[in-house]
Amino acid sequence: MAKTQVTMTVNGKAVEGLVEPRTLLIHFLREQLNLTGSHIGCDTSHCGACTVDLDGKSVKSCTLFAVQAEGGDLLTIEGMAAADGTLHALQEGFREMHGLQCGFCTPGMIMRGYRLLQENPNPSEDEIRFGISGNLCRCTGYQNIVKAIQYAAAKLSGASVKEAAE
Amino acid sequence: MNAITPTKEERTEKLQGMGCKRKRVEDIRFVQGRGNYVDDLKLPAMLYGDFVRSPYGHARIKKIDASKAMALPGVLAVLTAADLKPLGLHYMPTLAGDVQAVLAEEKVLFQNQEVAFIIAEDRYVAADAAELVEVEYEELPVIVDPFKAMAAGAPVLREDIKDKTDGAHGKRKHYNHVFNWQIGDKDGTDRAFKKAEVTIKELISYQRVHPCPLETCQCVASFDKIRGELTVWGTFQAPHVIRTVASLISKIPEHKIHVIAPDIGGGFGNKVGAYPGYICAIVASIVTGRPVKWVEDRIENLSTTSFARDYHMTTEIAATKDGKVTGLRVHVLADHGAFDACADPTKWPAGFFNIVTGAYDFPVAHVAVDGVYTNKAPGGVAYRCSFRVTEAAYCIERAMDILAQKLGMDPAELRIKNLVRREQFPYQSALGWEYDSGDYHAAMKKAMDAVGYGKLREEQKAKQAAFKRGETRDLMGVGVIFFTEIVGAGPSRNCDILGIAMFDSAEIRIHPTGAVIARMGTKSQGQGHETTYAQIIATELGLPADDISIEEGNTDTAPYGLGTYGSRSTPTAGAATAMAARKIKAKAQMIAADLLEVSEYDLEWEIDRFRVKGNPERFKTMKELAWAAYNRVPKGLEPGLEAVNYYDPPNMTFPFGAYICVVDVDVDTGVTKVRRFYALDDCGTRINPMIIEGQVHGGLTEAFGIAMGQEIRYDEYGNVTGPTLMDYFLPTAVETPKWETDWTVTPSPHHPIGAKGVGESPNVGGVPCFANAVNDAFKFLGSTHIAMPHDHWRTWTVAEKLGVHG
Repeated sequence: MAKTQVTMTVNGKAVEGLVEPRTLLIHFLREQLNLTGSHIGCDTSHCGACTVDLDGKSVKSCTLFAVQAEGGDLLTIEGMAAADGTLHALQEGFREMHGLQCGFCTPGMIMRGYRLLQENPNPSEDEIRFGISGNLCRCTGYQNIVKAIQYAAAKLSGASVKEAAE
Repeated sequence: MNAITPTKEERTEKLQGMGCKRKRVEDIRFVQGRGNYVDDLKLPAMLYGDFVRSPYGHARIKKIDASKAMALPGVLAVLTAADLKPLGLHYMPTLAGDVQAVLAEEKVLFQNQEVAFIIAEDRYVAADAAELVEVEYEELPVIVDPFKAMAAGAPVLREDIKDKTDGAHGKRKHYNHVFNWQIGDKDGTDRAFKKAEVTIKELISYQRVHPCPLETCQCVASFDKIRGELTVWGTFQAPHVIRTVASLISKIPEHKIHVIAPDIGGGFGNKVGAYPGYICAIVASIVTGRPVKWVEDRIENLSTTSFARDYHMTTEIAATKDGKVTGLRVHVLADHGAFDACADPTKWPAGFFNIVTGAYDFPVAHVAVDGVYTNKAPGGVAYRCSFRVTEAAYCIERAMDILAQKLGMDPAELRIKNLVRREQFPYQSALGWEYDSGDYHAAMKKAMDAVGYGKLREEQKAKQAAFKRGETRDLMGVGVIFFTEIVGAGPSRNCDILGIAMFDSAEIRIHPTGAVIARMGTKSQGQGHETTYAQIIATELGLPADDISIEEGNTDTAPYGLGTYGSRSTPTAGAATAMAARKIKAKAQMIAADLLEVSEYDLEWEIDRFRVKGNPERFKTMKELAWAAYNRVPKGLEPGLEAVNYYDPPNMTFPFGAYICVVDVDVDTGVTKVRRFYALDDCGTRINPMIIEGQVHGGLTEAFGIAMGQEIRYDEYGNVTGPTLMDYFLPTAVETPKWETDWTVTPSPHHPIGAKGVGESPNVGGVPCFANAVNDAFKFLGSTHIAMPHDHWRTWTVAEKLGVHG
């Protein structure tokens, strides 16, 4: 199939590649850019394991063609930690509050949490639960994911963080 | 001796050993997207496989024409049964002693069954090619109702074994019969029922569901023709067993097969068995000489690689008028689908269903299970439970509620009256198990006190009166259950898989600096083994957990083990870890005695060191002893400090718990809100309370999904309806209730550290607790048993049938 050139910014770096018009963004990220942190968990846009941030919005990268991200500014899980390796408050929060088990949903969950906190820096528990309802987790039962996002919200707003997971 | 001596507390804290909420070491990579899952693997010249699948539930294959697919650029080959048959690989053995078609030969027996395997340069081309394979079918009548499978004149499903009267588990009484399995005292049970003052009987069905881990099943097979060696990376909960099976099937010597399970994105029983995709990827790699990746999509996952439950349990309890149970009789009709691919220990075709007497002191019981073939996907895996234990718990916990209702007793009161008493342990159950330890009454009391049980019942009574007066449209239900699990399979005297005893193993190697590498035969899929096994070693050996690496999943380096499922890791490999550590400690003690010039018997262990009794200032730390083991060992002792242990457990372990759930049901919409869920678990010694709580949260959420919405349903034509996440209910953060967790600790007397295992308890106890709560809400309107799943529509339908919609 004929291929098309795409260029975009991923985690602050300009990237380009040749893709088929039907190539999904998630496959472009995983297979051409070797950014395998974002995962595929379903075929129907329900699970959110592929969630990345595109031009200031959470998107499910399995539901977007790579060509639709042309010229876009993407942030993936690989771009979350600081250059010196310091974890983002969300990454730290997920570990501190035991917000993950198998780790498969975690990158999508963290990227969704990132956008949620950009839009609402101090969400209530219900707002967090609603805000991450496009991301499925089979391991944690969400309770500690909620705590992890609350931990990050507190840390990012400069408040002292709560006790670790009970 | 030391200038600044750390306190005992400081030294203990530094170890991060058992009992502390150690943060998970796995998380560092997972939160940065640096996990290493199968689909992340990219090998040079790697090809992709994809299946052509049957659109029919039962049909004869007349013709397969792959010419158009072969003509597509990028397609290397299309495998069919005709290609596999000369290799003897068109069927594969199942764990249950049956065979399963790898690629359908003459017939397809369930919808989406594997018919042909495409091998192509990329996954898009493979999917395109699958569309181009033309298969001509002749439709045949289907059986989807297990109750019709053994009818006279029913369609013959398995022509390959039609005339075989001896199955893997005894005589078959019909061509669609798999096995009949019985246990207990039939005559004694019949007598108990004849004498009974009160009896109940109910068909309690547990619907077909699927474990649905977020990562589907997948593998990469790479055959090196020059070396004659096969490497398979895959989503394997039991990698060593997969290697042995692969060797037996392929005839490649076992030492030339390398099976590697990297990070696994959840398993829940789905990733125990061997599936046609694995075999096809291996054959494809042998044929092409290139690595081949196979990744199933979600529809394939939900509709082909295993299922769970589909158990139809006709349950009877005999009791006295004042509520003492005197007998239990259960007949199970088990729908095994088209092939018997149950993942059970080989001698247990119905798993450990004989835990069905539960936590109650039944003097006598009898269980009979008939397995049947139907036109549904094969499987029968233990979805977050030990083998068929959640079915058993659902069965007995619903039945106890039904008995309570008949007797006019409170369900908690009936349970308390019949719970096994503390002084009865070790307790011999009527169906053959020896329960190791428990204090059931203390746990039950703690649970009831925690939720204010009496007040809840008063509130419910007031609400029911208000409902009858027309003042509310909400019904309040209180679900109460008490479960006994059976995990840690298992002792070699009664547990094996294809003849391999179900022990597990640990190998610990202490480096000269006191750093440690340890490997186990199990395989974490999110349970946090890298964190918790290190805690066991830290406490046993007095070396900091942060200095201990844990490795699993590589069959070349890890000692042989049977893998992770059935909450067996802690009871088996956890025990092996402690035992291997103790071997090391014994050797370290000899070295310490030599260095301190005292007798071994004059030494005592304290946190991280051996010290001279009565002279605690004279000691050698384990770190010092590690160095000495490579530097100067006593005469006659080998240098080095390592040990391996294969642990054959003397018994299963029996975790237990008391759960209470409060729901409010809107009768006009069927919407059921979980107001409160309290879970008390006793898993014996607690290694990492943070991880235990996480396991309980997750298990309860899976139980909530099962009880309130999950079902893999087939229509009358054999179509599997809704095998996508659009239809299959996985709870989101919005529906998922908030969990309250609690615990008691009753160590297992036969386990080296007293631990029992926890991962599956919340699913086993959770499912009946939700079901009892919903049933409890409707009970006062005359309802006896409402089948799962309790989704809004069904619940509304129940209300409609009870005539409350006016």
